[in-house]
Amino acid sequence: MADKKATRQGYGAGLAELAKKYDNVVALDADLCGSVGTKEFAKTYPERHTNAGIAEANMLGMAAGMARVGLVPFAASFAVFCPGRAFEIIRNAICYSKVNVKLVGSHSGLTAGPDGGTHQAIEDIAIMRCLPNMTIFDPCDYNQAKQMVEAMYRIDGPVYMRTARAATPILTAEDTPFEPGKVQILRKGKDIAIAAIGVMNAWAVEAAEKLAEEGIQATVVNIHTIKPLDIEGIRKAALESGGKLVVVEDCNICGGVGEAIACGLFGQPIKLAHVAIMDQFGQSGEMDQLFELYGIDTASIIAKAKSIL
Amino acid sequence: MTIAELQEKARKLRIDEVKMITEAGSGHPGGSLSVTDILVALYYSKMDVSVDAEPGKHDIFVLSKGHAAPALYAVLADKGYFPQEDIYSLRKLGSHLQGHPDSAKLPGVDCSTGSLGQGTSVAVGMARGLKIQGSPYHVYCVCGDGELQEGLCWEAFMSAAQYKLDNLTVIVDRNGLQIDGRVDDVMSLGDLSAKFSAFGFAVDTIDGHDFTAILAALETKVPGKPHCIIANTTKGRGVSFMENQAGWHGNAPNKEQCAQAVKDLEGM
Repeated sequence: MADKKATRQGYGAGLAELAKKYDNVVALDADLCGSVGTKEFAKTYPERHTNAGIAEANMLGMAAGMARVGLVPFAASFAVFCPGRAFEIIRNAICYSKVNVKLVGSHSGLTAGPDGGTHQAIEDIAIMRCLPNMTIFDPCDYNQAKQMVEAMYRIDGPVYMRTARAATPILTAEDTPFEPGKVQILRKGKDIAIAAIGVMNAWAVEAAEKLAEEGIQATVVNIHTIKPLDIEGIRKAALESGGKLVVVEDCNICGGVGEAIACGLFGQPIKLAHVAIMDQFGQSGEMDQLFELYGIDTASIIAKAKSIL
Repeated sequence: MTIAELQEKARKLRIDEVKMITEAGSGHPGGSLSVTDILVALYYSKMDVSVDAEPGKHDIFVLSKGHAAPALYAVLADKGYFPQEDIYSLRKLGSHLQGHPDSAKLPGVDCSTGSLGQGTSVAVGMARGLKIQGSPYHVYCVCGDGELQEGLCWEAFMSAAQYKLDNLTVIVDRNGLQIDGRVDDVMSLGDLSAKFSAFGFAVDTIDGHDFTAILAALETKVPGKPHCIIANTTKGRGVSFMENQAGWHGNAPNKEQCAQAVKDLEGM
């Protein structure tokens, strides 16, 4: 088994490195520095760190203000609150005028586990996808999350990155190139393509390995950039893999990436299957138990793949 | 400018506001007229800002009560940020004078506003950002009294005190009315001065149509504390049939009403 590390820690490590390089990088938190990975930044750069307290809406309003005076703010909390609680601030104070704010939502999907359904953000992608001017990243592992921080900095405009609570397998090397807006092929196979977002790539890779044991060769497509979505890259990967595609996401089927892909591939000779949460809230439990219960675990991916083979 | 010159400027700008809202056929005359003297005091006397200012080298203004856009547009046109005749494109398709101020479209607008409460939070972020950068410039934020019903304002004010933002002045245009009626009837703010004091602000309460008082209050500076000016104003100020009428919060006058309004303002 590969080493495991949480993408939220990748954010923290990437931010600390970025701050070393650029004086205009500032960070905002909402009383969750320890959870979202920003403790090191807060300790090293107290003068560039702003803790909003338990007030996510104001954290993002203040971030917009800091961006407007020339800083590059990174604001993080749990994804249910950032973006969840602060949606309309993000819409009007950030996206409407394309203000250069970077948002990070940790504990996305079901990875918040025992905290329960109140803390499991399964709608963050849906509510960020529908905002003009927003870019959305979802790193497949710690290394990619770390690299993404600098990519976020280089984009002039709002970016949302989602991170996960749980330590998940490292799938890429520290120096694996990260190209925003282009899908990344983690594995090649001729029979079927499995396209996954974020840490779900680890489950997609595991499913591909198990399918290989049965003689089925699967491509794994890492959709690290959810918006703008690389539909052409996904289409090409699917057509090169038997015209079959399973989309895997750890969020609600309503408004998720699967919908975006189905829309983009409309009319293409591609058979689609979808692994996602079926329009219901989560509950307390260990992550693996929840993945199984809500049908987004490795076995579910394999079953969905076989349903279109 | 002398007090008399500021008064004359305010009279001229109020006429522009009424005319542009009439031409637009919609808009918010009541709160534009109530806030005009405050804007004139800031832009023609207090703030270090001009059309030639380099980015990042000027005081910042946030009209958190963004529906008073006509008052801001009248000032910015007069200050030369865009041609005077553009004021008659207000709210029309393709205009840079949007129904609520849009910084991406209109020069001189430091912050897009209109969603109430957000301007206060952004202004606090700006002031904190200026402090982080060691900038000497000041942030002025004007909000409505009804707007203070938004909880976000108070999250922002708490942060302003926490981060000792003495480079921030919040001015409340307290005209006492909101769309549904009297602020006190809809959701009372109670003792607003005490609330701001309790939130760590230095507070001045003044007559928001008295230039001497506005300019004096703008000089208040308490090191380590954000500053609040509660400016008691009259909604629809200067127009006989609009004064103190909640119904003129968001309705445009017709041509005859406009003519009467201009006459009232000329006689102010």
